[in-house]
Amino acid sequence: MAVDAGAAVPVANVSRSRPVGNEVLVSVRGLKKHFPVTKGMFRRKVGAVRAVDGVSFDIRRGETLGLVGESGSGKSTIGRTMLQLEKATEGSVVFDGIELVGLAAGALRRTRPRMQMVFQDPHASLNPRMTVSSIVGEPLLEHGKSSSRERQERVEELLGLVGLDPTHANRYPHEFSGGQRQRIGIARAIALNPDFIVCDEPIAALDVSIQAQVVNLMEHLQDLLGLTYLFISHDLGMVRHIADRVAVMYLGHIMELADVEDLYGDPRHPYTRALQSSAPVPDPVVEATRVKIILEGDIPSPSDPPPGCPFNTRCPDAVDRCHEEIPVWREVAPGHGVACHLADG
Amino acid sequence: MNSPQPVLQVSDLTTRFNMEDGTVHAVNGVSFDLADGEVVGIVGESGSGKSVSMMSLLRLIPMPPGEIVGGEAIFEDADLLSMGLDDLRKVRGGRIGFIFQDPMTSLNPVLTVGYQITESLKVHQPGRASELRERALDLLKLVGIPSPEQRLQSFPHELSGGMRQRVMIAVALACRPRILVADEPTTALDVTIQAQILELVKDLREKLGMAVIWITHDLGVVAGLVDRVLVMYGGQIVEEAPVDEFYAEPRHPYSQGLLASLPSAAMPGQRLVNIVGQPPDLRAPPTSCSFAPRCPHVFDRCLQENPTLVQVSATRRLACWLDSGRDGPNHGR
Repeated sequence: MAVDAGAAVPVANVSRSRPVGNEVLVSVRGLKKHFPVTKGMFRRKVGAVRAVDGVSFDIRRGETLGLVGESGSGKSTIGRTMLQLEKATEGSVVFDGIELVGLAAGALRRTRPRMQMVFQDPHASLNPRMTVSSIVGEPLLEHGKSSSRERQERVEELLGLVGLDPTHANRYPHEFSGGQRQRIGIARAIALNPDFIVCDEPIAALDVSIQAQVVNLMEHLQDLLGLTYLFISHDLGMVRHIADRVAVMYLGHIMELADVEDLYGDPRHPYTRALQSSAPVPDPVVEATRVKIILEGDIPSPSDPPPGCPFNTRCPDAVDRCHEEIPVWREVAPGHGVACHLADG
Repeated sequence: MNSPQPVLQVSDLTTRFNMEDGTVHAVNGVSFDLADGEVVGIVGESGSGKSVSMMSLLRLIPMPPGEIVGGEAIFEDADLLSMGLDDLRKVRGGRIGFIFQDPMTSLNPVLTVGYQITESLKVHQPGRASELRERALDLLKLVGIPSPEQRLQSFPHELSGGMRQRVMIAVALACRPRILVADEPTTALDVTIQAQILELVKDLREKLGMAVIWITHDLGVVAGLVDRVLVMYGGQIVEEAPVDEFYAEPRHPYSQGLLASLPSAAMPGQRLVNIVGQPPDLRAPPTSCSFAPRCPHVFDRCLQENPTLVQVSATRRLACWLDSGRDGPNHGR
C-alpha cells in the first residue's frame, strides 16, 4: 500500500456533503484584545500585550473556518474573545444578529448555550473529581430545565454520539485515554445543541493515530448537527483537511484569508508561503527535492511589535514601505484577502 | 545490515518499571545497529517506548522504579549497560550527546548559557578558562546564535524557544560526540523555528560527521531528515527500513495505518483513514502482538505469540506474523 502523501490533491471537485450557504453566523469587526502589562505594587500600567490587534472576518453558517498561526500569534485569544471569555478591548462580535461585545450578563448567559468551546488539553479541561456523567450533564443542569432522569438519558445519548460506551458514564476522567477524554470534552460542548463551536487546538495533545479519529468525529458531528466551527490549529495539514476557508495569523493580525484550496494552492502572503514551506512533508522524495523558505529569527514580542507590517522583521521580500506603513486589507481575488503591500491583485 | 563496523550495537534491550499497581513493560527486546555518520529516526506514539529505550542506553531512567532487565549496548567496544558508572559518565555528554524535548526544563534557569556549555567541556576536555570560553563561543556561532558574546552571559529565560534549543544543541555538541541522541527536539517549537533547527542539524551532521538518533512522532520530520526509520509500538521495534522504502511501501499494519491516517493522504471531502482503538496497556506482559487488538489483519497466531523482529529483505526487518516471509500468505496490501 503506497501512500501518495506528498502529491498535491486536485484543486477542483471538492465535494462536501454539507451545505455552506452565504448566511453569516458570526461577524467579527476590528476586534482588539490588549492585555495590560503592570509593574510595582500599585499595578501601574506600563504597556500592553497586543494579542489581537484589529481583526475582521465572517464565519458562515455550516462552515469550518481554520485559524492557523504560530504560538503567540493571538489565535487562541481570538477564539476566547469571540466567546466573551475575555473582554474585548475594542471592536465588535456579532453572533446571529446579536452584538456580544458589551452585552448584559443575563442576555449573554442566554446566548452561551449556542456557542461552545472544545479545549486543547483533555487532561486539564476536565475536572478530575467529577464523573463523566456530571461533566457532560453540567451544561444541561446549568442551562436546561430537565429532570435528572431526562439528563441521564441525554448524557447517555451524547456519549453514544461521540463514540463512548454509555455504561462508562460513572467513571472518572483518569480512567480514559487522551483521545477518549477529548471525546468527553466534545460531548460536553454539544450537550446544549450549539450552533457554533470554537475548537482550540483540539488535536494538538493527541497521538497521530488518535488525531484522525477525533477529526473524523468532529466532521461527523458537523454533518449530523449542522455545526459551525472555528478550528484553531498550528497543524497546516489537518487544517487543509477539515477547513472550508483558512485565516493565517501573525502577531495579532490576519495576514491572509481564502478558501482552503486557494490558500494552499496560491498563497499570496510571504508569511503564508513560508509557513507552508516550513511544514515538513511526509514523503522523502518530495523532501529531498523541494526548496524550502527558511525564515530567519523569531516572532517579535506582541508587547513591542515592529512599526509598519508586523511581519517586516522576518519577511524575505520586505521593502522600505513595509517598515513604515501597516498594509491595508484588500481582496486580490474573489474571497481571497491579503494584508501585504507587495501582493498583486 | 549496515556498513562493516556499526558505532552502536543494541541487542535485546529490555526495560521495565516496577510500579505499585504492577509492572510496566516499557521496552521489550529492542535490537538495532547504528552506522557511523548515519541518521536513524525512531518513530512512535507516546508510550511506545521510544524515549525510554534511548534513555535506558545511557541508564538515564530513574532506577528504581525503572529496571534494565537485560540486553547489551556495545559502543566503542564496551557495553554501556554493564560498564561502571565512572566510565559511563565519560560517555554521557562526551562521546554521546543528548538533546531533550523541552529546552526550558532541561537548561538550568539560574546558570548562564556560557556556564552550561563549558560545564561539560570542563568534565570531558578540561582546559584553561579562556580556552573554554573561546570554545563555547565557537559552539554558539556553530549553532547560529546571533551576537554570541552577549549570549554567553544570558540566562535561559532571556532566550526564545528556538534559541534555547540551539543552546541545548551547542551543549550536546560541546565534546564533538560520535552519536547525538535527539528526543523530540522540535516538538515544542513552531514550524518556522522547527524548520530552522532541522536545517541546522542537517548542516551540522555533514560538518561534524556524527551519527544521529532522532526520536519523534512526526512522520513529516523523519521523511526529510533520516536515512533509516525504526517504528516502535508497545515497547518493540515493529518495522525497520530505509526511509525511501518505508514511505513507498510500509509493510507493518501499524506503519500502514500511521501513514494512511495523515491528512495529506486523504482526498478532499473524504474522511481520514484511522487506526481504530486505543494504544496498548503496557502492564500486560508482551506475550502476544501488542498491535493485534487494533490490527485489521489480525488472526489467531497474533493473539497467541508475540512476533519477533526478523529480516524480511536485504534492507528491511519486520515483526508481524502476517507478512514476515516465513509463515502464511503475503496478503494485506
